[in-house]
Amino acid sequence: MSRQAILLGGLAAAFALAPLVAGPYLLSVLVVVMYFAYVGQAWNIMMGFAGQLSLGHTLYVGLGAYTAAALFVHLGVPAALGLFAAVAVAAAVGGIVGALGFRFGVKGVYFALLTIAFAEFTRILFEHIPGLGGPAGLFLPVGSRDSFDLIHLRGHPLMFYYLILAMTAGIFLLCRRLVRSRLGYTWLAVREDQEAAAALGINVFRAKLTAVMLSAGLTALGGVFFAFYYNNLFPNQAFGMNRSIEIILAPIVGGLGTLFGPILGALILTPLGELITAVTEAMGFKAAGIKQLCYGLSLLAIVKFLPDGVWPWLRGRLGLDRGPDGEDES
Amino acid sequence: MSIDLANQILTGLLTGLVYSLMALGLSVIFGVVRVVNFAHGEMTALAMYAAWALFTWLELDPLVGMPLIALMLFVLGYIMQRGLIDAFVSKPEHIQFILLVAIAIIMVNGSLLTFGPDAHGVQVSYGFDTYEVGPLLVDKVRLLAAAAALGISGLLMLFFRRTMTGKAIRACADNLVGAKVIGLNVKQLYAVTFGIGAACVGAAGALLSLLIDVMPSTGPELTMLAFIIVIVGGLGSMGGALLGGMLIGVSEVLAGYFLMPSMKGMFSFAILILILVLRPQGLMGARK
Amino acid sequence: MSGHSSPMVNRRDFLAAGAAGAAVLGLGDRGLSGRAQAAQPLKIGLLLPLSGGLAREGQSCKRGADVTPGLLADMGMPVQLMIADTETNIDTARTRAEKLIADGAQVLIGAFDSAHTLAVAQVCEQRGVPLVINIAAAPNITEQGFKTVFRNFPTAPKLVSEGLALMKDVFKITGTTPTKAVFLHNNDTFGTAMAGAVNKLFPTLDMPFPLVETIAYDGNARDLAVEVGKAKATGADLVLLVPHGDDCIRVIREMVKQRFEPKAVVSPGSPGMYEVQFYKTLGKYSDYCMTNLPWINPKTAMSQALLKAFSKAYPDALFEMNIGYTFEAILIAADAAKRAGSTDPKAILAALPATNIAEHVMIGGPIVFDAKGQNTNTRSATIQNFGGKPLVVLPSDVAEAKPVFPAPGWQQRG
Repeated sequence: MSRQAILLGGLAAAFALAPLVAGPYLLSVLVVVMYFAYVGQAWNIMMGFAGQLSLGHTLYVGLGAYTAAALFVHLGVPAALGLFAAVAVAAAVGGIVGALGFRFGVKGVYFALLTIAFAEFTRILFEHIPGLGGPAGLFLPVGSRDSFDLIHLRGHPLMFYYLILAMTAGIFLLCRRLVRSRLGYTWLAVREDQEAAAALGINVFRAKLTAVMLSAGLTALGGVFFAFYYNNLFPNQAFGMNRSIEIILAPIVGGLGTLFGPILGALILTPLGELITAVTEAMGFKAAGIKQLCYGLSLLAIVKFLPDGVWPWLRGRLGLDRGPDGEDES
Repeated sequence: MSIDLANQILTGLLTGLVYSLMALGLSVIFGVVRVVNFAHGEMTALAMYAAWALFTWLELDPLVGMPLIALMLFVLGYIMQRGLIDAFVSKPEHIQFILLVAIAIIMVNGSLLTFGPDAHGVQVSYGFDTYEVGPLLVDKVRLLAAAAALGISGLLMLFFRRTMTGKAIRACADNLVGAKVIGLNVKQLYAVTFGIGAACVGAAGALLSLLIDVMPSTGPELTMLAFIIVIVGGLGSMGGALLGGMLIGVSEVLAGYFLMPSMKGMFSFAILILILVLRPQGLMGARK
Repeated sequence: MSGHSSPMVNRRDFLAAGAAGAAVLGLGDRGLSGRAQAAQPLKIGLLLPLSGGLAREGQSCKRGADVTPGLLADMGMPVQLMIADTETNIDTARTRAEKLIADGAQVLIGAFDSAHTLAVAQVCEQRGVPLVINIAAAPNITEQGFKTVFRNFPTAPKLVSEGLALMKDVFKITGTTPTKAVFLHNNDTFGTAMAGAVNKLFPTLDMPFPLVETIAYDGNARDLAVEVGKAKATGADLVLLVPHGDDCIRVIREMVKQRFEPKAVVSPGSPGMYEVQFYKTLGKYSDYCMTNLPWINPKTAMSQALLKAFSKAYPDALFEMNIGYTFEAILIAADAAKRAGSTDPKAILAALPATNIAEHVMIGGPIVFDAKGQNTNTRSATIQNFGGKPLVVLPSDVAEAKPVFPAPGWQQRG
């Protein structure tokens, strides 16, 4: 078994067993960590694998969340079914954004701005849709918290914990398969040199569109989780620019394009935030905004000194970048 | 009824001119240094805070304090570029973005810690005055601010056309390799350019402090506004920034008037999407 | 007087040495001992937005909280406050709530924003810890069937119906009635809730004038010239305004610039027009604006004690609704603990439904809770700005001044 597999297995086991030792506060922090690891991984598919910078990615979180939530609130559709609609809606919108972008040659920063524009447009739009609560919010009826109802996603926080753990592990394994698949190599070619790839006969448009739609759909699942975990949705929280920034921090800090990057990034950033709060409170700094300030400074430091992300540096240190056959692992 | 509309359009035009000045700074930075300055609005907010502070403690009218604030921001911009951003100029865009997001987060929360979460505006003694021009009511402060913005934009255009430094900067933007070949100190010029862009922001911020209130959240909103104006007007085109500013100012007025005002923002983003897709070089940009 | 500023500081310092990390990890759920701790101070966790978009209101609430323990100790109800910042962020609100409970909070109070309050309510419901809401207006919070939630604040529909009724009283007393009204509101959570309530209730309340238009504006909009222009174009002579906070300053400023002079600007129930910044920025133009909302009863002994403590600790700050309700929420919790003879959350939960506090600080009947945990005895008052200060003008039995309607025009103000 390669060193990397051991590390991953250990991590998974640690997370699986955490509820035995951790109190509810720590568990709620871990849920946030895994949520960002999951969504970051989904975003990573578009950016890391297909090289398309999406800065409005919360659009898909929001669409997924609202679709599933609205179906549940208005039509009683359970989450297990609603998620299909959520994924479909998000993938379709992702397809539109991608198609518009790629068809009209919108690249780089312009593409990033396009994604922001779509997200902001949708945010303001959702503030005006009466059936979805508008700015006053869409509230989901809260059921009993002692059950473990996976069909309706109503239940104990522990259920949500294991659910997001399963989702994070699942998307990790999925990406692992993808990277080594034909599609994965197609994406690699497109990312490295689009013209050369086209010259080789690769349908660049289709490859990029697939990445975008897959990324959007998977992100939407994170949105569904979000909706049923928090039980309320507000346009500026679901679609706000702050959210888009939060989503991309973990994968970039952890390591763009790597499989483990988003997970490591989330593991660093969320506890870092909590730690800064605890330390500043203990030292007597109660001034508002100090946590975010330290956060920004930490981010600056990471970007300046470890621009490829923490994971590539860390795995070099731990000697994990050679697999049993000596090949380069991610 | 149409008098009201005319009044509104005039207001939109005047306010738009001040936003143009801010966007001009972005156009200069992005057009030359090719760095995505996602902290542009935050820098403008800093300038607004500076104007407010000078007004509150020294009773300095922002119109008078504007050159000083522009200078302060020039220095800030120069240092930012030389000290921090220069290393990232050739790095991938997403890394630049994160760098500037980090800078923006620091600026926003630094402002929060220093000035608190309250909104601060500059209330000059003539702040409630309006002139009557025929049937129209023209807000005095807006008129003065717009005039100043126009003047500064004009000066900037002269700078880029007539002075050696200005021409050297344009050379870097047009043909980087060529510029290096003829021995231009690109690093220095980039820093100066960023400084100039920041100075625009400084002047615009001083003027804006008369028109709108500043709070920590103002920064990110202005960043988006600056990008919309620059893209719509055309990157690298100074006339485009002016045109874009006025256009966005007026279109927001029209959207607010004929639709629900809370939907104004939607309209601007829709325009942005259309321009990005159909005419990415903007209305006055050169097709590359 | 306010020596009990924040006992938590001492505890925190003690922890600082090395336990900060352990505190983060929350290892060891600091559970609750089962035995009765009647003389022990009640540990109350307060969740407030101290940073982010609602920071100003949150910090006002905090000021109220800071002066409360001293007053309650004088009444034989010791409390220990643990204040957490929700950062106007719902994730943070939720995790902070979990942390407060893990750190031993026996009652939670919060959270100002309805969305955050709902998130916290779910945590409390799950953990069996009572939540006493100081401020949150969304009606659905008490419609979820929660057993642990108690709200001492009116819902948006109540605010609106009382607000509109109070306006009728103003017209009766001053003998003047407007001909047309226009409604301007911020398009945020609170503003839309109020707009929904206004549009539903207005036709049923038999108001002596029509509401000709409702204009929603984006509170983050940089300037509100278009919105005010639209309002002016309706020809209305009464402006109903529901701002979020500062945006009211921008609205009034535009009204002055565009020479739009309604007979009055009235809020059916919202923050903004009675805040320090409003007076400072607008000066004479801030006068005569009216707000209808629950307010501190200037005549009770408890309010006067609170005002005294507050003015000593914060001489420059405004003494307003947020402070009153935050004080009352803590009072409610402490009162329940006293009646239960215990600081155990379960005991407090059992005691809360029987709450009946006759003397408190806000205008209104005794604090009681109905089956859903809602206090229906809250009452709105009308406050009007005079010389940079809000004075109660209605209800007459607690009024400090007579209402002025119509207000003098902008240009006529000295």
